[in-house]
Amino acid sequence: MITLIKRPAPSARWAWATPLLAVLATMIAGGLLFAALGTDPFEAIRAIFWDPILGPNASYFRGQLLVKAAPLILIASGLAVGFRAGIWNIGAEGQYIVGALSGAWLALHLYPAETVWLFPAMVVMGALGGLVWGLIPALLKVAFGVNEILVSLMLVYVAENLLAYMAFGPLKNPDGFGMPGSRNLQQYPSAHNPELLAGTGAHWGVVAALIAVIFTYILMHRHIAGFRIRVAGEAPRAARFAGVEPKRLVIFCLGLSGAFAGMAGLFEVAGPSGQVTDSFNAGYGFTAIIVAFLGRLHPVGVLLAGLLMALTYIGGDVAQLMLQLPPAAIQVFQGMLLFFLLGFDVLTNYRIRFGRRA
Amino acid sequence: MSDTLLTIDGLTKAYPGVVANSDVSFDIMPGEIHALLGENGAGKSTLVKMIYGLVKPDSGQMHLHGNPFAPPEPRAARSAGVAMVFQHFSLFDALSVAENVALGMENPPGLRQLARKIREISTQYGLPLDPARRVADLSAGERQRVEIVRCLLQDPKLLIMDEPTSVLTPQEVEILFRTLRQLSAEGTAILYISHKLEEIRSICKRATILRGGKIVGSCRPRDKSARELAEMMVGAELKLTDRAERRLGDVVLSVTGLDLAPLSQFGPSLKDVSLNLHKGEVLGIGGVAGNGQEELLATLSGERPSASGTVTFNGRDISTLAPNARRRLGVLTAPEERLGHAAVPAMSLTDNTLLTGCVRQPLAPHGFVDTRATKAFAEKIIGAFDVRTPGPQVAAQALSGGNLQKFVIGREVLQQPDVLVVNQPTWGVDAAAAAAIRQSLLDVAARGGAVIVISQDLDELMEISDHFAALNEGRLSVPHKTDGLSIEDIGLMLGGAHGMTPADAPHGTHAAHDGGPA
Repeated sequence: MITLIKRPAPSARWAWATPLLAVLATMIAGGLLFAALGTDPFEAIRAIFWDPILGPNASYFRGQLLVKAAPLILIASGLAVGFRAGIWNIGAEGQYIVGALSGAWLALHLYPAETVWLFPAMVVMGALGGLVWGLIPALLKVAFGVNEILVSLMLVYVAENLLAYMAFGPLKNPDGFGMPGSRNLQQYPSAHNPELLAGTGAHWGVVAALIAVIFTYILMHRHIAGFRIRVAGEAPRAARFAGVEPKRLVIFCLGLSGAFAGMAGLFEVAGPSGQVTDSFNAGYGFTAIIVAFLGRLHPVGVLLAGLLMALTYIGGDVAQLMLQLPPAAIQVFQGMLLFFLLGFDVLTNYRIRFGRRA
Repeated sequence: MSDTLLTIDGLTKAYPGVVANSDVSFDIMPGEIHALLGENGAGKSTLVKMIYGLVKPDSGQMHLHGNPFAPPEPRAARSAGVAMVFQHFSLFDALSVAENVALGMENPPGLRQLARKIREISTQYGLPLDPARRVADLSAGERQRVEIVRCLLQDPKLLIMDEPTSVLTPQEVEILFRTLRQLSAEGTAILYISHKLEEIRSICKRATILRGGKIVGSCRPRDKSARELAEMMVGAELKLTDRAERRLGDVVLSVTGLDLAPLSQFGPSLKDVSLNLHKGEVLGIGGVAGNGQEELLATLSGERPSASGTVTFNGRDISTLAPNARRRLGVLTAPEERLGHAAVPAMSLTDNTLLTGCVRQPLAPHGFVDTRATKAFAEKIIGAFDVRTPGPQVAAQALSGGNLQKFVIGREVLQQPDVLVVNQPTWGVDAAAAAAIRQSLLDVAARGGAVIVISQDLDELMEISDHFAALNEGRLSVPHKTDGLSIEDIGLMLGGAHGMTPADAPHGTHAAHDGGPA
């Protein structure tokens, strides 16, 4: 018989060991899955975790790593702050879209502006767009007690429709011969978010992601405001006693994570993607939720988890390409990661005892 | 020996690092109300858990009606005729009384039949209870009745009650005691655990006293004073707090005509509460918990701001200020609930120091946390208040209740408050630690601070307070000088004789020199 015994205090060692264990377990279970699909599991795992960094064609993939990791880390840093306070923004995907639309709208509206101020202004617009989209669930929660999980999630679908409308309507490229999608911002120098160092994939979004990590680290672990946010998540009554105003906290957390997600969308639309199309969003906003938890809601953890998650994305592409693995198998693989993480999480708060005596 | 109900012989139970029970032997006669006395951590809970089959002893035997009795689980204990009412109720708010009772039974009859049985039992034992009502709508006393009725339906031979009166109003206590006496007369034995020594003196025939997991004595509670009982529990003479003659200064905090809606749906409201607190004064506020104590603390702490003009501090209206603004001025509070209100369970003592300490102490200059200063202040609290813990890095939830309480009180006291409001400062704290906490409150007053002590423990209030007032159904009586108040006066105040003015006070003598803020 297996008994779970509650630890007197959460184990710090296990808190850091569970993500590693989860990755390991995902590799094993994923390997079994790939074997069942008739693929050599070792080759598949190598294709996912090894080839993108050190394989024969790694020079191409390495750049992709930062391109994929940056939005994940930027969004997840913001989400992690709210999750620590028990405020659940599930709609970062929508805030990401609206941020991208706001920034792109500014650039396309001013086309063909030639000024160094355009790109910074687009970043601000992107942040504002995400902020506004994040504040909708925040204000509804504060004013009417509406559940922020549902509202933020539903607003993703609203944002997706808004995106499709913009791509086929107001933001459509007038010189595009009727093709859907906006002008390509990559060919619009003042609005372009370029690769800063050739071959690294590092664009301004990567810089922003690093700043976000440093900012959230200082906020959450050095500043009294972050301490109060953590208290609010751990013990709401104690937080009130310590002077935390719950309504302000909701607005701050949803606003911050919305602004971060909006910026991530802007960096994407002005850089790697270049265009507002109806299929612009790639699910970063949802994957960032996994990244936030995989990183233990800790800024440094989020950084590492973002890189790992980006690796599985790229590795998944490699595996699809080289081994003809179906895309669904890769998604299952990523899902397993969160599943195992949450499963092993039990060990942080409980220890396991085998045998009958209770 | 066949006429004893339960014989306990040499029970021993050790947990890693601590022996909870060591060679415990005593017996319980049929129909006897038997008290189990001891400080926190003396091993009372472990002992009853062994009798109820929740914990298995390492060695020793029990006999029930002369037959070996070793219940492997509570179900076995129940079918042998042992029932237990826990301190914390295990009821589902959304279900009816009858449904809740059915959930706890092995083979529940149909709901209608069960409802009839519940009515039968509740009238038979004078425990008014409507089987169709939702548990959410019940008072604490009624909830306890549900638990008791659930036990009685199984026709127990031994009923174990853990701190049954801590949540009850005096009227409910009376009802409970009547029921217990009736059960006892019908031959059901009751093992009664309580800290309230006067209660034990009034209802229990015998008492067994535990200290450090061992039995240190047994007695007839009626033959001992409450003080003697306490000293048997502690194993030392109780240190009386040093109450130097104090002179009261100017009014520092005053509350005028304070009304407040209930905090929760079923909570009490505050009605026209007024008081004046002077420099150097300890004001004791007595009354049964749930009569507005929590609400009063929440208004004074700033968690529930009140209407303008109701609370003033040194002449300044602070009614609408938030908790931290009040702390900055010098109004500090320590709520009753330690885990989750006064302290964050999963956070370290250092972090918990920061919780309220960062306003008046330089722990977070410009908002950036000074970890070293915070840790130093945490260590100062631990040292000054003898908090037993390996160090300030330990999570609050890993401390025993009494130790955490010392930490919480220490955290506020060491911040040099001008006004300190504490709710149940010694609840669940052992006698020695309680004396230390009371002394620290008196020291605050001696230094020129003012203290409001909200407590259910009348002895405590009589010991340390200059003035005494009672809170009953959200109304506060007029405060009276503690010296010269008789137990009858206090009873009247607690019973809701709010307008107890000097004219209708039972003893005109003390009323005449009552120079208090009446």
